[in-house]
Amino acid sequence: MSVTHEEPELIQLLTPTGELREHPDYPLDIGDEEMRGLYRDLVLVRRLDTEAVALQRHGELGLWASLLGQEAAQIGSSRAMRPNDMAFPSYREHGVAWCRGIEPRNILALFRGVTNGGWDPHEHNFHLYTIVIGSQTLHATGYAMGIQRDGELGEDGSAVIVYFGDGATSQGDTNEAFNYAAITNAPVVFFCQNNQWAISEPSERQTRVPLYQRAAGFGFPGLRIDGNDVFASLAVTRAVLQQAREGQGPTLVEAFTYRMGAHTTSDDPTRYRVTAELEEWKRKDPILRLRTFLTNNGIADDTFFATVDDEAEKLGETVRADCHSLPEPSPLDIFRDVYAEPNIHIDRQRAEFADYLASFEGADAEGGQ
Amino acid sequence: MTGTQLTIGKAVNEGLRRAMEADPKVLVMGEDIGKLGGVFRVTDGLYKDFGADRVIDTPLAESSILGTAIGLAMRGYRPVCEIQFDGFFFPATNQTFTQLAKMHYRSAGRLPMPVVLRIPYGGGIGAVEHHSESPEAYFVHTAGLRVVSVATPQDAYWMIQQAITCEDPVVFFEPKRRYWDKAEVATDADPGSATPMGAARVARPGEDVTLVAYGAMVTTALQAAEADDERSIEVIDVRSLSPVDYDTVFASVRRTGRLVVAHEAPLSNGIGAEIAARVTEACFYHLEAPVIRISGFDTPYPPSRLEEHYLPDLDRVLDGVDRAWAY
Repeated sequence: MSVTHEEPELIQLLTPTGELREHPDYPLDIGDEEMRGLYRDLVLVRRLDTEAVALQRHGELGLWASLLGQEAAQIGSSRAMRPNDMAFPSYREHGVAWCRGIEPRNILALFRGVTNGGWDPHEHNFHLYTIVIGSQTLHATGYAMGIQRDGELGEDGSAVIVYFGDGATSQGDTNEAFNYAAITNAPVVFFCQNNQWAISEPSERQTRVPLYQRAAGFGFPGLRIDGNDVFASLAVTRAVLQQAREGQGPTLVEAFTYRMGAHTTSDDPTRYRVTAELEEWKRKDPILRLRTFLTNNGIADDTFFATVDDEAEKLGETVRADCHSLPEPSPLDIFRDVYAEPNIHIDRQRAEFADYLASFEGADAEGGQ
Repeated sequence: MTGTQLTIGKAVNEGLRRAMEADPKVLVMGEDIGKLGGVFRVTDGLYKDFGADRVIDTPLAESSILGTAIGLAMRGYRPVCEIQFDGFFFPATNQTFTQLAKMHYRSAGRLPMPVVLRIPYGGGIGAVEHHSESPEAYFVHTAGLRVVSVATPQDAYWMIQQAITCEDPVVFFEPKRRYWDKAEVATDADPGSATPMGAARVARPGEDVTLVAYGAMVTTALQAAEADDERSIEVIDVRSLSPVDYDTVFASVRRTGRLVVAHEAPLSNGIGAEIAARVTEACFYHLEAPVIRISGFDTPYPPSRLEEHYLPDLDRVLDGVDRAWAY
């Protein structure tokens, strides 16, 4: 028996040519200032990303996972958050990190290999990056269950948003999170950036149905948005976060976008995908369409764009300098924070290693080398 | 007999190719192993030559890889599963430990599980979290799994073929920082002449101290032995971690009276602990010193800027030799 699916419906507020389309369910409802702010965010996180790729190429970072092409999905959805909402990222959410107030240097520290964390998740309401695919979807669901128990639902309540990719939808954890969030009606938004590629595997290798349609089987709504449309990302996420806060349960948002770069700096996409695809998506660039819209509607002029460009250049310089000045961890940091409580075994091992390291200092001094 | 210069990665690739040519039931499956050829290119070219039915790009789901391998094995296939990085194995833990490892036992031998689980493991490549771990102790603690680790291109080429023809599930650890190490491989030798998968190998004979290692640490151990002017160190590459070829280890320790075991994995309850216990039981009257373990620490694998301190290097191995020698 063959199953047919309805043509996927794409929620789009800003077309690739920069025209605004009102949507009956998702009013944009933002002022000029906020629109310019979104543009600034998009440009700055792209600059951060470009700089990080360059730093990796120069050996300053071990790796970088580029967000190129996914800026609108990330900026729109995270500007929809309120401060007391909680976000759970995968490892590519530099745009979300930016909006949650994470210093770029702290993201770089992770990819430089200085730390496996990088920031205080409670301070920013932004969890640590999660690398093992899909694991964070269950953390987000549990966190949302905590919000329910603490009575923090309501118009001014809080909600959770969890970021993951198309590849993660194949993992058991992600499907378990969908189910658990559905049966508990947990205040969580599942924000899937479908960037079409899980390293070398196209999304057809992960799913037979449009991803947003999966939600229906679990019993909650799913929506597909134009992931390169920052307005759609903002308006839709704002609406579904509010529904979650008000106790209406989870929503799956599939942000249909494209990974313009390699999976990471270690990857070589020329081995598995054609450049024509890339060219097609370039025409849907999230920044270009917003710039066109702002220009055509007299919301921003060349002076504004030049100011943002200057700011981006300065950010690039700052990021570069910050990366170079990240402090090197000390060897004995290996033993820090393994346990919350004192642990005699770790203390002993740390002391033994300290003695071992000290033995070299002595040898160097005596040998005069 | 002629040989070919191969890296460890290419040797596994050639071994896989030969196994696939020899037996149409051999399947290769994992994430990004098709067109991309795997993130380390170990399956490079196999998709092109054997097609999508035999070289399967799986969904991004490790439990799916191991779980379906079990079903395929029940139909007579011999799946070779690639886990992309050591730290990504864990979603497949249930299928591996509760199902794969126990199937032969609980089916009273009716359901052999000739599944190979290839895992690039260990540190030293400056990677992010979950890409540098040495989880072998979890596997050797599970009955029903054979566990091996290769250290040379020669072993990589032959042992992958032996693992595939083995009727038991074999966990095949590939030391990722040595993938690019090159050496001559006798690819056209008689398969029967290859060292059996379960046998340890004396990598360098010596008289004063026995140094046991496996995987990436074999090279470090050999360098340490080379650097030591005072003592004659015998290096044993144990190759098989479950079961361990203790006869070879015991024979060496009975001659040298001293044993150092080196691994990247954490210290406690690891391979070194088990070897130390066995040697103490079997060679007590021959030992001149307690068995010394040199290892990673009992911490999570640290961020990469610290890995040079976490990974036992030549100095730490020789420090272990010094301690054994001091008795």
